Amino acid sequence: MMDVMPNEGLDRRRFVADLLAEIPDALVVTGLGSPSYDVFAAAGPEREHTFYLWGAMGGAVPLGLGLALAARDRSVVVVTGDGEQLMGIGALGTVAAQSPDNLTIVVLDNGHFGETGMQPSHSGLGADLTAIAAGFGIPTTLRITDSEDVGRVAKHVNARSGTTFVQVLIAAEDKPRALPPRDGVANKNAFRAALGHSTF
Amino acid sequence: MTQAAAEIDWQQDVFDVLKEGGVSQIAYVPDAGHATSIRAAQADPDIRAVVLTTEEEGVALVGGAWLGGQRAVLLMQSSGVGNCVNMFSLLHSCRFPFLTLVTMRGEYAEFNPWQNPMGLATQRALELMGITVLRVDRPDQVRDTVSAAFDSVFLAGERVAVLLGQRLIGRKKWENG
Repeated sequence: MMDVMPNEGLDRRRFVADLLAEIPDALVVTGLGSPSYDVFAAAGPEREHTFYLWGAMGGAVPLGLGLALAARDRSVVVVTGDGEQLMGIGALGTVAAQSPDNLTIVVLDNGHFGETGMQPSHSGLGADLTAIAAGFGIPTTLRITDSEDVGRVAKHVNARSGTTFVQVLIAAEDKPRALPPRDGVANKNAFRAALGHSTF
Repeated sequence: MTQAAAEIDWQQDVFDVLKEGGVSQIAYVPDAGHATSIRAAQADPDIRAVVLTTEEEGVALVGGAWLGGQRAVLLMQSSGVGNCVNMFSLLHSCRFPFLTLVTMRGEYAEFNPWQNPMGLATQRALELMGITVLRVDRPDQVRDTVSAAFDSVFLAGERVAVLLGQRLIGRKKWENG
């Protein structure tokens, strides 16, 4: 069982802010809940090549896969949580079967469902997400326990040299909410415009 | 069915519409009725054939492809529509263009009663989630119907499902040998 107690693990906000600072050009997709707050707290409204999910639980990774296959000359990063990843766990197999070089999946893992009252998740109860990702066949997996390792993650993102799965062991703590815009249509259109695409 | 209709390779017609329309990603959970498109996608250097573990992944993948500037479609069987229901929210919330081709079970000469509950609810489930449903049961109407759906999706930004009726696919052979 993973031994993450409430005050152990990395500071999620700091890790995400440090990562985003090193990957300014990467296309970022967030899973719903706290990971989207972490990204928005660091990215703010100006970072238009960022797509925030407010629902569609389990969809962050497959959405990131479709994006990575379409935009092969850009780095694509999915930032999500353990609960969201677990709901779409099979998508790691779908990713592995495609293995686009430009896709990195970053799971902020506190072993809990943070949005709904910190109930233990499967990863908190013993599931090893890095082993699962490797078992599905994702070529590179990293487990991050030191905030100094954010540079290693950024290097993989920017290199676009192989699909990478990153499990970041974060502290199970509530942060102030930083709510990204909830207008999915506006987010979609701004994102596409940032890539030079029309609305439809 | 007329002899001429019986000779139409409707499965090839489906793929031809997708290919001519510039589809770059074809996501699927396999079905015999989609076999031609899946094989053709796998053989086509300009198309990614993406095998899914569950159909809802395909809903999100199609949205991601669109964000990145590509056209993608989802191929599935009627049972898979049930797996997608909450993920369809993504299409509505973001108004993603969405085309899915659904091979039907549980509606015509169905041997397996376990297919019936979802097969008989497929059209209503799609419509409840805001997806327009077109249906085709004759081989000579497949090309035109899929093409019409394709244009609604990619020229007008709509969400459309084409149900490929079980009569098209024919009776499933269950006897051994």
